[in-house]
Amino acid sequence: MSERFILSVEDLTVSFDGFKAVDDLSFYVEPNECRVIIGPNGAGKTTVLDLICGRTKATGGTVKFKGMNLLDMREDQIVHAGVGRKFQTPSVYEDLSVFENLELSYPKGHGVFGAVFFKQDQAVKDRIQEIAETIFLTDQLDEKAAYLSHGQKQWLEIGMLLIQDPELLMLDEPVAGMSVAERKKTAELLNRIIQDRSVIVIEHDMGFVADIATRVTVLHRGELLSEGSMDHVQNDPKVVEVYLGH
Amino acid sequence: MTLSNYMNRKELLGFVILAVVIFLVLPLALDTFRLNLFGKYLTYAFVAIGLALCWGAGGILSLGQGIFFGLGGYCMAMFLKLEASTPENTSIQSTPGIPDFMDWNQLTELPVWWQPFYSLGFTMLAVVMVPVVFAFIIGFAMFTRRVGGVYFAIITQAFAAILTILIIGQQGYTGGVNGITDLRTLMGWDIRTDEAKNILYFVNGVLLFAVLFVAQFVRKSKLGRLLIAMRDQEDRVRFSGYNVANFKIFIFCLGAAFAGIGGAMFTLQVGFMSPTLVGIVPSIEMVIFCAVGGRLSILGAVYGALLVNLAKTTFSEGFPELWLLGLGGLFIAVVMAFPNGLAGLWSEKVEPWIEKTLKKTKVAEAPGPNKAPAE
Repeated sequence: MSERFILSVEDLTVSFDGFKAVDDLSFYVEPNECRVIIGPNGAGKTTVLDLICGRTKATGGTVKFKGMNLLDMREDQIVHAGVGRKFQTPSVYEDLSVFENLELSYPKGHGVFGAVFFKQDQAVKDRIQEIAETIFLTDQLDEKAAYLSHGQKQWLEIGMLLIQDPELLMLDEPVAGMSVAERKKTAELLNRIIQDRSVIVIEHDMGFVADIATRVTVLHRGELLSEGSMDHVQNDPKVVEVYLGH
Repeated sequence: MTLSNYMNRKELLGFVILAVVIFLVLPLALDTFRLNLFGKYLTYAFVAIGLALCWGAGGILSLGQGIFFGLGGYCMAMFLKLEASTPENTSIQSTPGIPDFMDWNQLTELPVWWQPFYSLGFTMLAVVMVPVVFAFIIGFAMFTRRVGGVYFAIITQAFAAILTILIIGQQGYTGGVNGITDLRTLMGWDIRTDEAKNILYFVNGVLLFAVLFVAQFVRKSKLGRLLIAMRDQEDRVRFSGYNVANFKIFIFCLGAAFAGIGGAMFTLQVGFMSPTLVGIVPSIEMVIFCAVGGRLSILGAVYGALLVNLAKTTFSEGFPELWLLGLGGLFIAVVMAFPNGLAGLWSEKVEPWIEKTLKKTKVAEAPGPNKAPAE
């Protein structure tokens, strides 16, 4: 049973001073699936991602990734297990160049002494070049990340995840705050990178959701409201009621 | 890491200029007394370099670096004190052969933990390792619990206060408020002579450069870039698969090791070690040296230590009461007006001016494609 799913979230609960941000939530993600989580503000979408990647500690339930219990692991161990996370606001290292941003995300030399004696060999440079092409930043490699536009920073952070090559990629509103042109380019980028891996995306743009989702999970007040194909949830009267509107 | 990755031309020039200042200009321009004084200032530079890495690069502000400076200094002082306390030298004591302050405090034998300090090899190891172990304990306790920022600064300050109180309170074992004084020889070599002071100044300079080279290596390694990344976006570093606490502990321990070496050289050159060099005020002063020099620059840290101490000696002779206010004012002025300190002034104002002037003369002298070789 568990082998069918790459990620099994069961009875997940977190309460902040009695307020249950996520309440008894269960869902399962299959390999190569693109799962989109939608829901009104405050539904607990970002908190679910925080719980999976170890940023917030759960009060109850289990999160199993390839048989490993993520709730017992530290953030960096979860990353090494193969889970990558992109934050809602672009979080890149502003004082470092695009190249250095990608270099730090390269999955080698992660121990203290590994980092001191890390060598930028050709394999590292080639990989960074390859990723830079994917995220449209080849010409900006030597530029400080602080000077990138908002959209470029989002791409850079996606690139930093790609270089880790995670089996499960979690993206929190990857197209928020982007111009129409950037949004189109990002959709194209995401469509390319969600092949060959499982992805969980939080997104509000319903057109975008319909474009990429294998299945959709709708959250409301920390609880599962509806789950299924895009058609299914769009026609679910409960979802229409609280989220999509009439 | 290739050589050009390790140090670019500008940085090399900075190292050369500093070497000229320390090994040529100061020894030629100053008499032994003043040179010894500058040697003392330079021992603080060890601490400031460590702070440039911890605080400037990594964003970890420690207000307790005096702890490590003091521990290194005390280790050295214990060795020298034992050597000075031969039974012949201390024959008038009720227990000859133990340090004088122990005798005054009715101790009748040397405490067990003083015994290893008869060995110079052990002492040299302890000068580095005692501060490192102490820093590891503090760092491990704080960083694995994600204590950072202001809280970390305050806790390190508390440690500095605790250690001072401990040293003063345990007079029989530590020499108390007077510290460990009347140090004479190192393996039979009198460290109080002018010749010895000159030699120690150069030894200090060589060690300072060794520390600078290590600091430069760390700064230019991936770890150096990780420190900057941690300062900007700690969470992102964590979610790129790094155990952030380990890196903080490492850099904090490295800073402590540097400070310990500085402390030992202080003891050797000044001839005593006391709790006044361990507590809160010296620890904060050390942060000011680093801030004035430019907290992002390891070379700036050295100049900061030199200049602030020079100013301190000069002004505190004339206006002892005003000096502390002046120092505080200087700190505020630096933070408000030029947050990158002297190093910032240099790279933002002086360097562009030099380049402009050079270009003008070049154009005047040799028009045409006579450019300097590219890097």
